[in-house]
Formats: sequence, structure tokens, C-alpha cells
Amino acid sequence: MTDQAYNFAYLDEQTKRMIRRAILKGIAVPGYQVPFASREMPMPYGWGTGGVQVTAACLVPGDRLKVIDQGADDTTNAVSIRRFFQRTAGVGVTEATAEATVIQTRHRIPETPLAEGQILVYQVPIPEPLRFLEPRETETRKMHELEEYGLMHVKLYEDIARHGQIATSYAYPVKVEGRYVMDPSPIPRFDNPKLSGNPAIQLFGAGREQRIYALPPWTEAVSLDFEDHPFHATKAPHDCDLCGAKHSYLDEVITDDTGGRMFVCSDTDFCAGRRAKGHVGRLGEAA
Amino acid sequence: MTLQDPFEFPQRTRAPDQPLLTVENLTKRYGPRIGCADVSFELYPGEVLGIVGESGSGKSTLLSCLAGHHCPDLGRISYDGRDVLAMSETDRRRLSRTDWAYVHQNPRDGLRMGVSAGGNVGERLMAVGARHYGQIRGRAVDWLGRVEIAADRIDDRPSAFSGGMQQRLQIARNLVTSPRLVFMDEPTGGLDVSVQARLLDLLRGLVRDLGLSVVIVTHDLAVVRLLAHRLMVMKGGRVVEQGLTDQVLDDPQHAYTQLLVSSVLQV
Repeated sequence: MTDQAYNFAYLDEQTKRMIRRAILKGIAVPGYQVPFASREMPMPYGWGTGGVQVTAACLVPGDRLKVIDQGADDTTNAVSIRRFFQRTAGVGVTEATAEATVIQTRHRIPETPLAEGQILVYQVPIPEPLRFLEPRETETRKMHELEEYGLMHVKLYEDIARHGQIATSYAYPVKVEGRYVMDPSPIPRFDNPKLSGNPAIQLFGAGREQRIYALPPWTEAVSLDFEDHPFHATKAPHDCDLCGAKHSYLDEVITDDTGGRMFVCSDTDFCAGRRAKGHVGRLGEAA
Repeated sequence: MTLQDPFEFPQRTRAPDQPLLTVENLTKRYGPRIGCADVSFELYPGEVLGIVGESGSGKSTLLSCLAGHHCPDLGRISYDGRDVLAMSETDRRRLSRTDWAYVHQNPRDGLRMGVSAGGNVGERLMAVGARHYGQIRGRAVDWLGRVEIAADRIDDRPSAFSGGMQQRLQIARNLVTSPRLVFMDEPTGGLDVSVQARLLDLLRGLVRDLGLSVVIVTHDLAVVRLLAHRLMVMKGGRVVEQGLTDQVLDDPQHAYTQLLVSSVLQV
């Protein structure tokens, strides 16, 4: 079979219509999980089948696509999805956050602030924030319907009782516009403040669970907390060893077996951009 | 939609001599079979009503209908002057986690086994909007004390508790929002007699101190003798006899009640 045997962006037009309807409904009801007829994609579940379908439904020929996985443009997941759309849609691709019109992401929000007109697509493994607290889907839907979110705080209570602080460090639940409690996908809670009031459209696709939800631009998303244990965005208490950035989210890299380690920006585009401007960290070399 | 104030409980406008719970002709069928039929009673504030009967007599069906777990086919339930069956689901669920409580026979059904004792007690508080960790924990410690669970067990999971402790924890979890009406389904089932005695003692104290109205379902006549003011005897889904507890137990009128009373082993 040749590449020409595929429709633009792999999915057929009827499927894309169906997904767009789900996206529009998700945008109309921020934070609400819209069911959609998720298709089999040519990749395993857990590799971003939901995100890929949302991206496919959003792409137009003039788009420039950026794909990141844990902040990096050059990891397997990011590279294969980027190539997938290069082949099936022929769209332009970029690694620069500011130049991209559609960004598909796994587990991070880029450090560079997003702008109006950009679309950020999240890959979501488990869209239901209440899942590990209440296993019954019928019951969790009822809880969303009736706004019974006390259970979410039971989880945070357990964190404090056991660890002395809220230990949930990723997939930290947020309340959207005072209504739906939403799982922001497994982004670090460092990124939670960027969810709120973001000028870009944020779309969340869960392929296996067949759910799409969305945050329209400038939507309020409040991280849940207690009055006496307020929410804090956390990161490793270091600077980036390559570019010296103080306020970006860091990956810890073990460099040898004698305790050597370095901290680097998880957002590769942000780090490279800073180094190009001449910033140098502890272990970096001047560009 | 604006958010309701979580601490705004329904207005308590009832006059003291009005019944808290009124049940009229309650009927629940399972297909052609009768779950319970034509049950009517009134429950006044501070009153404990026992429901006894053999297995399959419809006691638990009746209790589930009252607590809103099942939808009855016929009849009316009114609580505090409000028609429970006509209420919206939001209001009914709200009622069932503030003003009502339900103690399951098996504490595993009523507790979250993966959550610590403190979290279990605090859940209802958080469900009605409490968002201050220190205060929630304070209330949990207070209630664990009231049901005689040591404060240093607050971070243990219920799975580390004995059966009697689990049952007391379940009671604490239910009473923390100061409900006025408590449904109990065989609260002493599966416990040995000495633990049963302590639990009954505790329940009697709580009922008296908090002025609770209780509907208690059991097959153990000793439990109703100790706790219940009034008694309903059920057989085949119907109420065959009701009256003051001592009166029914000491002078049973219906043949089935006589059988039930005479079946109790005298030690």
C-alpha cells in the first residue's frame, strides 16, 4: 500500500467529523469528559492513540506540528508520531514551541508561554480523576453529574496523613470553572498553574478510554487543596546544568555509578533556545 | 449554576410532636415476588424502631427502600415533611450524607478499606465541603474517641482493625455529620457476644446523647430488647405485629411472633 492510500491525516473524513463534534462539545462544557468512538490506530494503546486522533481531527494542510514526549522533541514517542503525520498529512513540523500551530504533548506543558491560536493536544491514559477512588464508571459519572467531589479530597487527606504533605506530584486534579473536576493527564503539578488562563486551546484525548475533554482559552482551572495545606507547584531544587535556567522543570539524569548526576530542562526546545542565546549552566559548554 | 453553601443544612422547621419519618403503604416487588408490602409506620424524633423477622421476610428490602437504595413500587415516604420519593436525586443524596446515616451489616460495605480510619471518618465532612485539614482531623480524633478507638490508630487502615473496631469505625464515620436519622442493618451481626454487648452499650449511649431516631433491622431479639422502643415483626414481606418492644416480646399476639419469641435459646 502506498502513502496515497490514506486520507489526509490518516483518519477518514467521517471519523474526523465525529471527533470534531466531540471536541466542540468538550469545549462548550469545559472539563466534561465527552465519549467518542475511538478508532484503532497503528500504534499501541498507551502511546498516544487518543492524542493522535485529536491531532488528526485538528490538522489542516497549513499547520506546523510539534510533538513532545516528557518535554523532549527527540524521544521515540515524539519522533514516531511526528513522522506519522509528516507521512500521512504532509504538514510542516517544527521543534520550536512559538512556531507551532498544533502541539501534541505527553506529560508536559512547554515552558515557552503559548499564544492565542495555538492548540495543545494532551495524550491521556486515564481521563477519570476519580478512577482509583471509585472503580464503578456508573458511579463516577453520577458523581460528576451531582458534583460530589468530596472523595477527591479524601485522597489528598490520605496524602497528608501519610506523608505530611500533598504527595500527589503528577496528574494533580483541578476544578474547571468551579464545576467539573478534571484529570490534567500525567503532567507534573509544576505545570498545573499553566493550565489556568492559558490563551491556547487545550484538548485532551484518551484513546483506550474513549473520552475527549477540553479547556477553552482563558479557562480557570484551580488545583484542589486544603485551606491549611495549599497547593504548591514543585520542581527539583536545582538549576539546569546545561542552560542554567532557574524556573524550568528538570529531569534528573544519572551520569555514572558513583553518585554523579545532572539536572537538565525536560523541555529540550526551551533549553536549546536558552543555550543558543548564550546561557550556560554548571556542566554546559558555551555555544 | 451557583454553588450551594456546603454547610447550609435543610431548615429544621418540624414541630417536636411531628413524626420525623412517615411511611405509608410502602410496597416493593421483585417481579411477581413480594419484597415488602403495605408497610406503614411513623417514627418520632429520638425514637428507636426495631424491625425483626426471619431471613427473607423483607426487613432488608424495607430498609433499602427507606434509605433510598431501592426505589419502592408503591407508597409514600416523607421525611421532616418532605416527600423523599419526589425529591431530586441531588437533594436525596445530599440528605443521605448529612441528615441520614446507614450502618451496614458488614463494615466492609460501609467503609473504604483502602483509606485510613481518619479519612473514613472525614469523608462525609469533606463531602459537605470541609476543606481545612486540621479541623477535619480534629473531628476525626474526637469521633474515634467517642467510639473507643485509640487516637493513635487514626492513620491505620480498617483492614488492620478487628471486626468490632471496624463496626465502631463505621458508626463513627456515619455519625460525624450529626445525622438525625440512622438506618442500621444488623449492626451486631457477625460479632461475638462480648463485643456485641459493648457495641450495643455504645449505641445505646450515642442514641440517648445525640437524640437520634433509629430504624434498626435485626433477627436478634436481644438487640431490639436493649435498643428499640417500638418493634415491628415482619413475615413474608408484611408487618404481622407492631407495638412497644416489651409488650410485643412479653405478650406476643401473632402466631409467628409467638414462635419467634419462643425460639430464643434461654441460657
